[in-house]
Amino acid sequence: MAGPPTPQQPVSLHVDRIRCDGYGMCAELLPELIELDDWGYPIVRPGAVPDELLDHAVRAVDVCPLLALHLRAVTASRAA
Amino acid sequence: MNDQILWFATRGAGVVSLLLFTAVVCLGILTVARWQSPSWPRFLSRELHRNLALLSVAFLAVHIVTAVADPFTSLGITAALVPFASSYRPVWVGLGVIALDLLLAIVVTSLVRNAMGQRAWRTVHWLAYAAWPLTLLHGVGSGTDSWALWMLPTQAACVLAVAVAVAWRFAADRSNRSQLASVVDGGSRGGA
Repeated sequence: MAGPPTPQQPVSLHVDRIRCDGYGMCAELLPELIELDDWGYPIVRPGAVPDELLDHAVRAVDVCPLLALHLRAVTASRAA
Repeated sequence: MNDQILWFATRGAGVVSLLLFTAVVCLGILTVARWQSPSWPRFLSRELHRNLALLSVAFLAVHIVTAVADPFTSLGITAALVPFASSYRPVWVGLGVIALDLLLAIVVTSLVRNAMGQRAWRTVHWLAYAAWPLTLLHGVGSGTDSWALWMLPTQAACVLAVAVAVAWRFAADRSNRSQLASVVDGGSRGGA
């Protein structure tokens, strides 16, 4: 069933700051890319998520109780 | 094969469902209260909450399927899904059926939470606070083991666990609010 390997499109993490309520679970699961400020809100390292951290990033997105963390494709305009 | 095996399965799976459901409610409260310790990160409560919830649904399915399949009670599938349609202990079974219907709503909305949005999901999820006591009453009223020596402390422990968790949640909420008031107060005084 597996098709030919397609090159992974680079993705980056984005926090919806209106929704985020500082539960901090994302930083627990992905400390490589997310740290918490003094009030417990996430600071995300900008740029594309490295391939080896992709599974962890997906899990961090999944665990957010407020659906405030997203993975988005890195577009040319954003990357610039 | 013992002809009572379905009945044993119904009772056993019912008790296990109650225990799991109790743990799920307590873990949900721990999650929303953001409890943590050095050996228990916050995501652990959340993930256990979800996985034990799915496990409890599996035991609930066994509980219901074996009850329906048991010729003795002759429940039928309608009685398992429509409240108070059962001829066998209609009221007590009916409470369990209401709890089941609420749980189905909670599980389905949780599975599609991304699509339906946080606010609507949360409203439905609050139904758990109605479903849990209904589950307990269903067990006490229609369970044939309710007054057994091992079942009484089990039920009491479930009530105690949820009562402590709910009380603790409200207490934590109040202390947060009083802290907020003092912070706001201190802030305005500092600004004045």
